Formats: sequence, C-alpha cells, structure tokens
Amino acid sequence: MLIEQLSVFLQNEKGRLAQMCTLLGDAGFDMHALVVADTSEYGVARVICDKPHSARRVLEGAGFAVSVTRVVAVEVPDRPGGLAEVLTRLGACDINVEYLYCFPRASGETAVDILRVADPDAAVACMTAAGFAMVHAAQIYEPDPA
Amino acid sequence: MFQPELETMSREALEALQLARLRTQLARVYVNVPIYRRKFDEAGFRPEQLETLADLARVPFTVKDDLREAYPFAMFAVPQRDIVRVHSSSGTTGQVSVVGYTRGDVERWSDLMARTLACAGATADDVVQVTYGYGLFTGGLGAHYGSERLGAMTIPVSGGNTARQVQILKDFGVTVLACTPSYALLIAETAASMGIDVRELPLKIGVFGAEPWSEGMRKQIEQTMGIRAIDIYGLSEVMGPGVASECVHQNGLHVFEDHFIIEIIDPQTMLPVPDGEQGEVVFTTLTKEGIPVIRYRTRDISRMVPGECACGRTFRRMERVTGRTDDMLIIRGVNVYPSQIEQVLMGISGVAPHYQVVLDKRGSMDTVEVQVEVSPDFEFDEIRELEALQRKVSGAIAATLAVSVDVKLVEPRAIQRSEGKAKRVVDLRNKGA
Repeated sequence: MLIEQLSVFLQNEKGRLAQMCTLLGDAGFDMHALVVADTSEYGVARVICDKPHSARRVLEGAGFAVSVTRVVAVEVPDRPGGLAEVLTRLGACDINVEYLYCFPRASGETAVDILRVADPDAAVACMTAAGFAMVHAAQIYEPDPA
Repeated sequence: MFQPELETMSREALEALQLARLRTQLARVYVNVPIYRRKFDEAGFRPEQLETLADLARVPFTVKDDLREAYPFAMFAVPQRDIVRVHSSSGTTGQVSVVGYTRGDVERWSDLMARTLACAGATADDVVQVTYGYGLFTGGLGAHYGSERLGAMTIPVSGGNTARQVQILKDFGVTVLACTPSYALLIAETAASMGIDVRELPLKIGVFGAEPWSEGMRKQIEQTMGIRAIDIYGLSEVMGPGVASECVHQNGLHVFEDHFIIEIIDPQTMLPVPDGEQGEVVFTTLTKEGIPVIRYRTRDISRMVPGECACGRTFRRMERVTGRTDDMLIIRGVNVYPSQIEQVLMGISGVAPHYQVVLDKRGSMDTVEVQVEVSPDFEFDEIRELEALQRKVSGAIAATLAVSVDVKLVEPRAIQRSEGKAKRVVDLRNKGA
C-alpha cells in the first residue's frame, strides 16, 4: 500500500543534482517523480523511481546520503477542489501533512498525490474509509525487496 | 612489558638516574653546541650548578625557532660522521627542522618504540602493519624499527593507497595497525565500501598518534573496527614516536622518564603549573646524542594524570594531548581547540566525526563556520529534521565552548580525507586581503 520514496541529501553545489540523475539514468532506474526541497545551504531531493532499494545502493555507493521514506499515494480526480477534499478529510482525522506533491496520471483524468505524514497507516485508514482510492506501489513503479 | 626492570623501577632510582643523565647531557651540550652555550651563558647558568632535578627550572627553554635557525645541522651535538640517520619535522606548523640520530640513538629509539607497542598489548606473535609514512617523517621508520625490535612480523606499507591497505589488512591477518587516528577511520570506511567488515578481521590493536584526537573519536574507532585503540605520543624534535604511550588501561600516556624529563608550564608565565593542571608540555632528552633538546617547548597542551597506574609501570602519565598552543583558535576572545569541537560532534547522533573549521572575515568580523558531515544513516527526509540537527550541533558547541559558530551540514565524505594528519582548520581570513 505504501510508496517507498528515496530522499537524497544534496549539498548546494553546482551539478550535484545532475550527478544524481546521471547515476540513476546510467544504471537504468526510471524516475516517475522528482521534487527538490531547498534551503540556502542544501536540498533534499525526493525521488520515486523503479527498484528504489537497488537505486539507493547505487547512490550510496557513489557517496550520496540516501534514506528510504514511506509515503502515501492517493488518487484524486483531476478537477478543481480535488486535493482540497483529501486534505479536508485528513484534517477531520486529525492528521497533519508534512509535505506533499502531485503528478498527473497518463490518462489525464486523475492525479496522484504523494503525502508525507507522521503515521502513514492511519492516513490510509482515514482516506480509505472516506472512499478515496489508494495507489499501490506497483501502479507507479517497479518495487524491489529491501 | 618490554623492559620491565626499567619500566617499573622505583621513583627514587628513577630520579637518581635522571639526575645523573641530566648532568651529563647538560655538560655535553654546553661543550658541543654553541647555541646552548650562548643561551646558558646569557642566563648565567653553568651545567655544574645543577645539583637537584629542581634546578632544571633555571635552565633556559629551547623553542621551535631555535631548531629552525639551526637549519639544517647547527644543533647537532656530535660530529657529522657519527650521525647515521636524519629525519625532519612534519612541517605541521611551518618551516621544517632537521634532527639527526647516532647509531646509539637509533638503538634506543627502537627500544622505546618496542616498549610502546608492548605497552599497547602487542607481542612478538603479532603482525604489525605500519601505515605511517616512511621517509623524512619519523612515524614510519620509528614504528618499523620498534616493531622489528619487538620481534613482530612487520609490514612496511607506508601511507596511501587505502584500498591496498585494506587488502593487506585482510590477506596478511594483520593484528596491529599503526597510523593516524583519522586515517584509521578512512581505512574503516574504505573497507566497508569494499564489503569488508573490519570487526571480523584478526585486527585487535590500533597504535594511533601524530595528531590530536578525542576520547569520542577513540570510542568511534573502537566500535567500528572492533579493536583497542591506543594513543601514542612523540615528536621529531624530541625523538619521534615513542616518547610516551598509553597502556591497556587507556588512562593517560606513560612518559618514558628514564629517557625524557617532562614538565608542564604556563605558556604565558613560563612557570611550572601546579601538579595536574593543564599547560604546555616541555621535554628534556636525557640520552639523545645526535640532537639533544633541553627544556624544549612542544606547544602541545596536556596535564599530568595523578596517581599510580594498575599496569605496574612507575612512569608518570600525561593526559592525551588535546591541542597545540598554535592551533588554538581565538574566537571572539574564547580559546578553542579543534579537538574540543570533535568531542562535541562525537556526542551527537546524525553527524559523522569528520569536520572542518573554516575561518573567514565578514567585514571586520571574524566568522567561524563548522562544516559537519551528515551521517549516512540519518533519516533526513524532512527539512525541519535537518534544521533541528543543525541547531542541535550549534547549540552543543555553544554550550560546551561558550562561543557561537555557524554550522553547515555537508554530504557524507564531502570533507577531504587525509592519509596523514587531518586538516581540521582552514583559515581564509588573509586570502586576497
């Protein structure tokens, strides 16, 4: 049910993100989503890609600091107010969202929202009960064992 | 114990031996080394005035500049034909100074390094990998001769080529590793990246010296490598490694007092500090022939450890060197040694023990940035966790050192690793000024 996202610590240094992407590309890991959170001194790249555990080992072998974070993926209709319904529901369950990002499905009719919350299992239960469709790992990327 | 009859002699016998040797040494340098004769004359001191060990306080100090001015051989106390070996200081603090050894000096040095290795728990059955640099630096050859004298199987790898160091460590069944503590950590990291767990190898003892390191770093090395990490001390001006060494009790370094007299002084007043207080370490060599030093100010900071040691050695112990008077940073009026910063970092999970202090100027204000590596296993997905880590580090430094610094988190392995002495301080204050 949960998505395994890679979080990569990046020093604020020219070309560092490109190096990370090149490493993943050369090793054949397809990326499905990438978002970079930045501060003045460093950033954290959050990546959803195929075989995340193998990708983690490749990056770590090249000296990157990587952690695997479990996040929640929910499918929302791609129309005004779609995300608001999800967030309102989570608020009603008293679940705080640390960060989120979205990407559209290939069909164009729905989007996937990736949510980082303190207790992902509680978030899944809360949304499932309200009828939201959860997106499984295998629907986005090719999972691999840890 | 390598020389139990010497290492456990009574204090009375030891002091009698020291006094006899000191008299001879002072007389020799007065006659043979013009620099000492001039200094003694200027101070109104004559060697025959020395009646007790306490009279040593009347003898003028020798400083690093004396050795530099004597470059290369002007402080040698024997004719050049009697010198069989030359080393030089590692140049940690500027221009090098040259030291010469007679055949007798090399013999005694070998004994003292054999003592050091035995003090660390090594025997003739051990396999010693010497990773200190061979060459003008005293570390490599010093450890090498000591290891051979002990009868251990000695592997003269010298420094560099870390992957090969790891391979030899594994293939040769090495049990004792001699290198700088920061290089030991690099070897452990390199081994891990090669898929080798050092803890599963026969390696059991590390003999580490040539740079200041903290108790926290010792713990870290002992845990990651599964060894006992022993601090050793020496400096080329006094002899090289083998001046003092920890024993297996790891509570201070036994100074080999039958060959060296140690004093701790206040570097400002140049008077001895009360017993047990911190100050600058001063050494007088008692048996060196090639280049004896008299009351040599090492600039190293330490203190004497009170009491007797359970190992049975009667030699007094000096505490591990926490820094040098000349790498002391004065940050907004507060004295800070880089090793204190290391000690703080060791106590914080989420950061690695690798750090660098960068001094710069913003306008007329000195700025201090401490760059710290995020530990590879830190869960840093959320920015606020990283910010909290950053605040934790700067808060801990502020609480311990009473000085505020900027903390910058950098990627694992971003700080350059050293194969010799780690470069902990980068001073950009006078660049381009």
